[in-house]
Amino acid sequence: MSTDIRLDHADSREAPAGDGIDRRGFLECMAWAGTGLLWTVSGGVLSSKSIAEAAAGSEVPGDFSFAQISDTHIGFKGEANKDVMATLDLALDRINALKAPPAFLLHTGDLTHAQKAGAFDTVDQRLKSVRTSRVFYVPGENDVFADGGKEYLKRYGAGTLGSGWQSFDYKGVHFVGLVNVENFKAGGVGSLGPEQLEWLARDLEGRGSSTPIVVFAHVPLWAVYPQWGWTTADGEQALSALRRFGSVTVLNGHIHQIMQKVEGNIRFHTALSTAFPQPAPGTAAAPGPMKVPAERLHEVLGVRDVTFVQGRSALAVVDSTLG
Amino acid sequence: MQDEFETMRASGARAATRARGGAIIAATAFLAVLVIAAWAMAGPAPRVAKRETAATESAATKLEVRIKDFAFQPKSLEVSAGTTVTWTNTDGDTHTVTSANGAFTSPALDSGETFSQTFTAPGTYNYFCALHPHMTAQVVVK
Repeated sequence: MSTDIRLDHADSREAPAGDGIDRRGFLECMAWAGTGLLWTVSGGVLSSKSIAEAAAGSEVPGDFSFAQISDTHIGFKGEANKDVMATLDLALDRINALKAPPAFLLHTGDLTHAQKAGAFDTVDQRLKSVRTSRVFYVPGENDVFADGGKEYLKRYGAGTLGSGWQSFDYKGVHFVGLVNVENFKAGGVGSLGPEQLEWLARDLEGRGSSTPIVVFAHVPLWAVYPQWGWTTADGEQALSALRRFGSVTVLNGHIHQIMQKVEGNIRFHTALSTAFPQPAPGTAAAPGPMKVPAERLHEVLGVRDVTFVQGRSALAVVDSTLG
Repeated sequence: MQDEFETMRASGARAATRARGGAIIAATAFLAVLVIAAWAMAGPAPRVAKRETAATESAATKLEVRIKDFAFQPKSLEVSAGTTVTWTNTDGDTHTVTSANGAFTSPALDSGETFSQTFTAPGTYNYFCALHPHMTAQVVVK
């Protein structure tokens, strides 16, 4: 397997020498497999079939897959999950069991729970076991609230700009990682900020409208439930810059549950956590870790595989629970 | 801001010590209060005497705020200067008690953990949870 992950910005932070990543290299086609359901979104209509059914038709030349995990919350010790390490390991086992490794892994934030001592080290150590060429990160508020993101950037800032935003191309798809968890203000919600929005506009400038775009960020860019802070204050400005593109997929975490929405050519997907579930919007007095019977916990945690098929406007998004 | 806060705390402690003076001092103070009261009728409020009174009342005052369902309860707490406020997190998630202007912050509080802060200077102290910024509240120090 070779790699072809092309970073777009010469002015971004330098990756440490000898990280083993050949950014000008090449990565062969990918296929996916797993358990759970395959969700295919086309023209705003969702259809699903089992992974077993879908797997047979997935190995189309030029296709590739990548995996997403989110909200690993290493360091969490609450009642909702007494062993977040075990459920993370289970999620990684699922990824490693794929017939062909994903091209790369996206972690959409909250690697740690409240930056607990040693949590970043644990995440680093565990993710070394993933069979993939590279892991891309965006921070969650739990990763940056205590020190303004210093530790996060020290570990994962290579190749990024500002508070950690980045973009790269892979097999004709343009990936954009955004950061919307910095500078929380009393009574406010997460935001991207003018500097990042200006960078995004420049990043998208000149790209053909037919270029498939995948955006990943921690907090949903759309207003899932502002009362619980599940929105991005200036997310609409980012979406405005994306609307001219024919295929935009937005992958988020933060809310620890799957929600999907189609708005024009933009498809939104939030991911399961590997650590603990949260209640559906408005169904509880507050958000937060939701305790479910132990035998049901694995049914509400999970991983995501995303498959891109050349010539199709929609990506196939597969959410697999750990149960 | 932290330095300023520490300075305010020291000022409050000195006021409390003065208020524990003996009868002679109290008698002297009584005369002084009379003088100040007479002066106050024609001028600004007697700030020194007022501060000592507040410090005396609040010397042993402790109040509690509960963090529950991603909210500070009560949302607004009125206290006398010198009061120590203790927050207890009863949620299953982690929260912080963080001043909106950076004057103070707690560490991350897991379920069952507490944080205390003594307020020595009058004013309105807005605070929030740095992890869940929609959680806001205030302490009003009289």
